[in-house]
Amino acid sequence: MTSDPPCFEARALSKVYGEGHSAVHALRGVEFTAADGELIVILGPSGSGKSTMLNILGGLDRASSGEVYFRGEALHSASDRQLTRYRREHVGFVFQFYNLMPSLTARENVALVTEIAPDPMAPEEALGLVGLDKRVDHFPAELSGGEQQRVAIARAIAKRPDVLFCDEPTGALDSTTGIRVLEALQQVNTTLGSTTFIITHNASVADMADRVIIFGDGQIREDRRNISKIQPSELIW
Amino acid sequence: MSPLDRKLFRDLWRLRTQGIAIALVIAAGIAVHLTMAGMLASLTETRSAYYERQRFADLWASVVRAPNTLGDNIRAIEGVGAAETRIAAPVLFDMDSMAEPPTGVIYSLPRGRPEAVNAIYLDRGRLPDPSRRDETVILKGFAQAHGLEIGDAVRATIRGKREQLVITGFALSPEYVYAIAPGQLIPDPALFGVLWMDRDALENAADMEGAFNETVVRLNRSADPDAVADALDQLLEPYGAPGAITRRDHVSAAFVESEVEQLQTMGAFMPPIFLAVAAFLVNIVISRLVAVEREQIGLMKAFGYGSGEVAWHYLKLAGGIGLVGLLLGMAAGTWLGRAMAVLYTQYYEFPYLVFAATPGVYLIGVAVTVLSVGAGAFWSVTRAARLAPAVAMRAPPPPDYSVSLGATVTRLSVLDQQTRMILRQLIRYPIRNGMTTLGVAAAGSLLVVALYFTDAMEEMIATYFDISNRHDIAVVFTEARPMSAFYDLARREGVIEAEPFRSAAARLQFEQREVRMGLTGVIDRPGLSRLIDDARQTINPPPGGLVLSQDLANRLGAQAGDTIRAEVTEGARPVLELTIASTPTVLLGSGVHMRLEDLSAALGEDRVVSGAYLRVDENAREALYLELKEAPLVAGVQLHELARDNMQEILDQSMGVSVAIYTLFAGLIAIGVIYNAVRVSLAERARELASLRVLGFSKTDVSYILLGETGFILLIAIPLGLAAGTAMAWALAGAMSSDFFRLPYIIYPSTYAFAAAVLIVIGAISALVVRRRIDTLDLVAVLKTRE
Repeated sequence: MTSDPPCFEARALSKVYGEGHSAVHALRGVEFTAADGELIVILGPSGSGKSTMLNILGGLDRASSGEVYFRGEALHSASDRQLTRYRREHVGFVFQFYNLMPSLTARENVALVTEIAPDPMAPEEALGLVGLDKRVDHFPAELSGGEQQRVAIARAIAKRPDVLFCDEPTGALDSTTGIRVLEALQQVNTTLGSTTFIITHNASVADMADRVIIFGDGQIREDRRNISKIQPSELIW
Repeated sequence: MSPLDRKLFRDLWRLRTQGIAIALVIAAGIAVHLTMAGMLASLTETRSAYYERQRFADLWASVVRAPNTLGDNIRAIEGVGAAETRIAAPVLFDMDSMAEPPTGVIYSLPRGRPEAVNAIYLDRGRLPDPSRRDETVILKGFAQAHGLEIGDAVRATIRGKREQLVITGFALSPEYVYAIAPGQLIPDPALFGVLWMDRDALENAADMEGAFNETVVRLNRSADPDAVADALDQLLEPYGAPGAITRRDHVSAAFVESEVEQLQTMGAFMPPIFLAVAAFLVNIVISRLVAVEREQIGLMKAFGYGSGEVAWHYLKLAGGIGLVGLLLGMAAGTWLGRAMAVLYTQYYEFPYLVFAATPGVYLIGVAVTVLSVGAGAFWSVTRAARLAPAVAMRAPPPPDYSVSLGATVTRLSVLDQQTRMILRQLIRYPIRNGMTTLGVAAAGSLLVVALYFTDAMEEMIATYFDISNRHDIAVVFTEARPMSAFYDLARREGVIEAEPFRSAAARLQFEQREVRMGLTGVIDRPGLSRLIDDARQTINPPPGGLVLSQDLANRLGAQAGDTIRAEVTEGARPVLELTIASTPTVLLGSGVHMRLEDLSAALGEDRVVSGAYLRVDENAREALYLELKEAPLVAGVQLHELARDNMQEILDQSMGVSVAIYTLFAGLIAIGVIYNAVRVSLAERARELASLRVLGFSKTDVSYILLGETGFILLIAIPLGLAAGTAMAWALAGAMSSDFFRLPYIIYPSTYAFAAAVLIVIGAISALVVRRRIDTLDLVAVLKTRE
């Protein structure tokens, strides 16, 4: 019996920006594996390579060398078209600045993604999961920052993604709102089983993860599992 | 250089494609303005200087024969400043270089002194030697068209006598700025010649010893031309005078005047449209350009630059673009103006025609550029500069789409989200999108108007040459001949069909107004030369009725049903009372038509003809020309095909160039608007589009959103532009009509198709260029930066 390939597998992953003297090594030979359904928090100072890592895993950027696989499929050699397809079918993104379409309501922002996904949930259901069922017909301009971020999460999860990438999802939010957003993410992780990556500068968020990875200087400095993870509401902000 | 100025240059470089597109719009407006206004100024000034210097006549009066002593009586008429009596005789040339016989006129030159009126401008050579009887000065254009040189001989039939004359010089004359054979529409230098001979020699050749048959008069400044003309007519009537004519009825003067009027109309119409459209577009584009710079403005203010410095910086940016446009436009306008001046001298025989736009013309260009660019930049710059730096640097809050009008339409469930985004974007910014739509429509309307001229000309030529006049040759006798002369022509070898006509010079009077115009007698239902109205309908004069072209009716203030007085100024000089049957609008020429038998009866003649229209077998044409050249009683032979070709050629040259210029500039304006609209949209929505790419939308999906907006604007702008162009063409058709032609109001479907196609192609190319930028959107960067 052969076991299923892991969700992600990266080998000797390197990323260099620029050339010659001005070359910046964002990743230096990262080795990494992630199992399905894990909630992984990534920590590290600015420029340590965590965002680069996430962009490569999310199919937004390509590694300079090395290999990266999603469930056995090579992402490092995928074409633009294949990467677009990968993002469309498997990946959900949540960004620090929400990146909502201001001309679409909450429901329509979610529908934007469900219309092109193979097996989506109803936009209302996704918005219900993040506690916004009363605000579905509001435009971004009529929503608070935390509400906008929750619409972004609803948009990311509505396609039932296999993987959810969150780059500083709470970076622009106050602590109360931040915790609500993290609760929503955790709920998605448990109910949909999406492998979830959360990049943050806030070290205390690590306590809610299955696994914590700390980046430094383009490499993984520390990779540990939480013996007992706690609820977002218990986080000390 | 201050860092801010360095930024200025780098920004200009960064924005170069957009900047050039804007500069082209400005340049197009300025160039059209400069070319037209400059050309008008050049032509009017050249004309007035030339007329003044050559002492151009105010009145012409011909007689059959009057004694030279009458000259003093003419000069004694009150209001006459100077008068010259001379001999004028029709000439039929016999040229080796062509079979068809050119026609022309020969004039006498006063002996031993310059002409008091209508002095010729001797371009090369010398005047004829009074001691020689066979020397002549020749019209320069005619000589050049036939490759004649000084010392060459030219054969001509004068009053039935064959003469061989030696050319001593080339001359230009203010009477022949527009050198055209009587009855023709378009000058052909090869077909019409003018000769000047010593008075004694011509007296001899034309049997006019001691007599003259034409007087030319210059008036005192305060004199009333009509009063002097009446006095002159009274004096000359015993000598068989058909009546004096003024500059208004002088062929060359009237043609030049009509060209000036057309330039004035065009100059009053087209450049302001171009300038206004250009100003309007520059305004929109610059303000959108600056709006996109919002964050940078905040940053500059955060560094400690004051609002004034920031505003000045962006005004300089806009000014740089405006300056490029202004310089390009001035260079192009001056260059085009010079090229047009050269073109004009090809069919307007001025000794010189220098394109020189007055400083005022340039100043208007500068003022319009400064105003349009300045105003466009000013509002958006001051708005941005007023913001607190922290606010400016923060991304603007998401624009609120919840309050837009028409939002319900966009909630329709049939729409997908991308289409919804396009529609909401359009509805959310009605003014901005409306302006862009208007801009595109304006460019489209300019295209329609430019091309309308070609359509109108084509229609005019087709109506006149293919429908109205279907003869191959028109023959004009030196004087009215009996019907047998016509039958003689009709029987000639190769003549398939022949139609006689009778024309008689007359003064038409109605109430207080008077117009000098020949009466034309035609047969019932003519086939070779018909009067055609602007709806291509044949007008057949009814028995006893007069058909008066609409322009003449207007000049007389008469309408159908009125009875006008016609004083025939030749033969027995009868005075007729004629009733107007209809007043159709004809496109080319004016005329008074009636039945041949009616005219004969009124003149008390027994069926006399002035000439004939012939349809001739193609193989026999050449031989017939040769025959007619030899015929002593033929005054002129007009070749239909040649006239059509000439007309076409001249229109292609004159109108064609203007139309090409207008089309080019309208196209440039369209590029300026459409490209900038797409480009600025991209700048404003780059972040949204990149986000969509991240969410798994393909490049095609994303392009749809951006280009769909432009497509939608084009969809509305194209019909709007075509409609506006149609309305402008209609207005122009009315404004551009002269005594010689009425510009028909007709726009061919191909014009609409072409205008729409140009806009669509420009839209598609702009889309392709911008599409390449979508392909290279930086997905990662857009997630990290806020705007």
